[in-house]
Amino acid sequence: MNRRSLLVAARALAIIVLVAAAVPILLELLGFAPPPALRALLVGSIGSFDALVSATLVRVTPLMLTGLAVAVAFRAGVFNIGAEGQLLTGAACAAAVGLAGRGSLPGAIALPFELIAGAIGGASWAAIAAVLRARFRVLEVISTILLNFIALYLVSYLVRGPLQEPLHIYPQSEALPADARLPRVIAGSRLHAGFPLAIATAMILWWYVRFTAGGFRLRVVGANPDAARSAGEIDVARMTIIAFLVSGALAGLAGAIEVTGVTFALYENISPGYGYTGIAVALLARLGPLAVIPSAMLFGALEAGATAMQRDAGVPSVVVSIAEAAIILGLVVLSRVSVVTGAGRRGSEREAPEGEDA
Amino acid sequence: MNAALEQSALTIGVAFIEATMRTATPLALAASGELVVERTGMINIGLEGIILTGAFASLVGATHGGIAAGFVAAAAGGMLIALLFALVTLWAHGDQIVTGMALTLLALGATGTLYRTAYGATGAALSIPTSGPMPIPILSRIPLLGPALFAQPPVAYAAIVVVLMLWWWLSRTHAGLALRAIGESPDAAEAAGIPVRRYRLGAALFGGVMGGLAGGALVLAQAGTFAEGMSAGRGFIAIAIVVLGRWSAIGVAFAALLFGSTTALQYLAQAIGLAVPYQLFLALPYALTLAALAGIGGRVTPPAVLAKIE
Repeated sequence: MNRRSLLVAARALAIIVLVAAAVPILLELLGFAPPPALRALLVGSIGSFDALVSATLVRVTPLMLTGLAVAVAFRAGVFNIGAEGQLLTGAACAAAVGLAGRGSLPGAIALPFELIAGAIGGASWAAIAAVLRARFRVLEVISTILLNFIALYLVSYLVRGPLQEPLHIYPQSEALPADARLPRVIAGSRLHAGFPLAIATAMILWWYVRFTAGGFRLRVVGANPDAARSAGEIDVARMTIIAFLVSGALAGLAGAIEVTGVTFALYENISPGYGYTGIAVALLARLGPLAVIPSAMLFGALEAGATAMQRDAGVPSVVVSIAEAAIILGLVVLSRVSVVTGAGRRGSEREAPEGEDA
Repeated sequence: MNAALEQSALTIGVAFIEATMRTATPLALAASGELVVERTGMINIGLEGIILTGAFASLVGATHGGIAAGFVAAAAGGMLIALLFALVTLWAHGDQIVTGMALTLLALGATGTLYRTAYGATGAALSIPTSGPMPIPILSRIPLLGPALFAQPPVAYAAIVVVLMLWWWLSRTHAGLALRAIGESPDAAEAAGIPVRRYRLGAALFGGVMGGLAGGALVLAQAGTFAEGMSAGRGFIAIAIVVLGRWSAIGVAFAALLFGSTTALQYLAQAIGLAVPYQLFLALPYALTLAALAGIGGRVTPPAVLAKIE
């Protein structure tokens, strides 16, 4: 680790410490006694092996993948805020494929199909925003957010329509057959094979971004599209679309893993905002695929702890959103270089040549 | 067509126009504010959070001091978030889009936490004074259009006044011209002696007030209650409306009406008894926003430096 990345890590740590110090004050202001609330937060996230594995790491898994999805996109100058919607469409596709293959496909075959379907589902949802940007100059910040809402209503329709369980009582799909689910990696816990899969994905992406020509092009396009086009003769439009698709596929995979590893059925509320938290995960990791792992661990622990805090100390769990926002704002304010491109404070210059700001 | 059927068709038509106006009001307010923000070359994605904060603040204000206090609190709440946005982007030089996202997240967390802390997890029994229709004496008696257009809550008329004043201010006053100059070339504006940062701060705060009032209108003139995350993407739709309205006040008003009508279609379909999944209508405003943005893509000119401060 060189001096610069040490500095970066130190700054990220300083922000986390500051936010952590602010939490008791915030609790006090809201009229909750800090000690029991904080105890619940810690016990519920890392206080026991079971909390760590079944609560925290189970939440870390989708956060790692949505964090990677956002990191890849932002690296290429693509403001994909749509990981939430891509996660939902991925989950829907995985559930649809798993349920369609029931009785005909053995689990060993159905499972990879479900995951691939999830990735394709997420990528297709991202492709809409990619086409809108490339073809019609629609700013993806807006289009991906609008697509999140449409995906939400799509899932809402699916679980009350075509994919609803056969009794037509509950707004959810039928459960996936036992052999078409992700296996548990630690017996007796809720931790499933999606966790090592997410870690492996992070490592592959790190290797790709760092050591391959494609990864180099991705970074150049994000940092300076003009130079990429003129000096590097890089097809910027093509790289942009690839970044969109990879990003969507990662978020879709997160959805597929939730369905096959955690819920085993499609629900409306399958994601408590993993796609949005993924943005915080990626920014704290400064868009580095390896750094996404510890970053996702932090946010996963925070969300697991918040659930425990609501259950055991009566503190609303949404309070973590405040902490997450504070971390992002702290990063934005304290980083001397742009958190988004890592290339100095040049705002969204990367978008200027193609005029996608419209 | 027999008389009874004709009468019910008329009723549905009136209800449709009335619903269009009602849903367009908060959108027009929020988009007017964002229009001014964008005319200075900034973009505040935190508008969603501003509307949500305004909605919650209006609930607090109205429970303690009635409707007027509700709107004042809404404006103040929205302005507070906008002030944060201005501080982070104009003074700390933070990225506008990331800052806006973070502020929306902050508003979601803060309003959710405060709501549950102050009003309990259910809040269902919550009742606040709401702003009823204020028929305009003569105009509201015009057959058909009268009750549809001129029996709106006061905030709807306020939105119309704001749009007209904004149009006049932007196109006819010296300050409006200066503001537009900043969006085209902040360096040239600075060189011409225009205090760029002060204008941008003012614009951001105005955007906050209008977004806050939009949230207030949602609670006090539409829903009559608060729900977590009730802004439901209206901030983002308002940003799209600014694009559709081609960065002009009048254009923004018409674009807001267009989106109001897509939401109102829902009521129309229910009235006719159309057998379509209701989620289709819920998704329609978002889908139409996308389609409209694609439709005008490349044919509009945004302020030259949009979202590109430093």
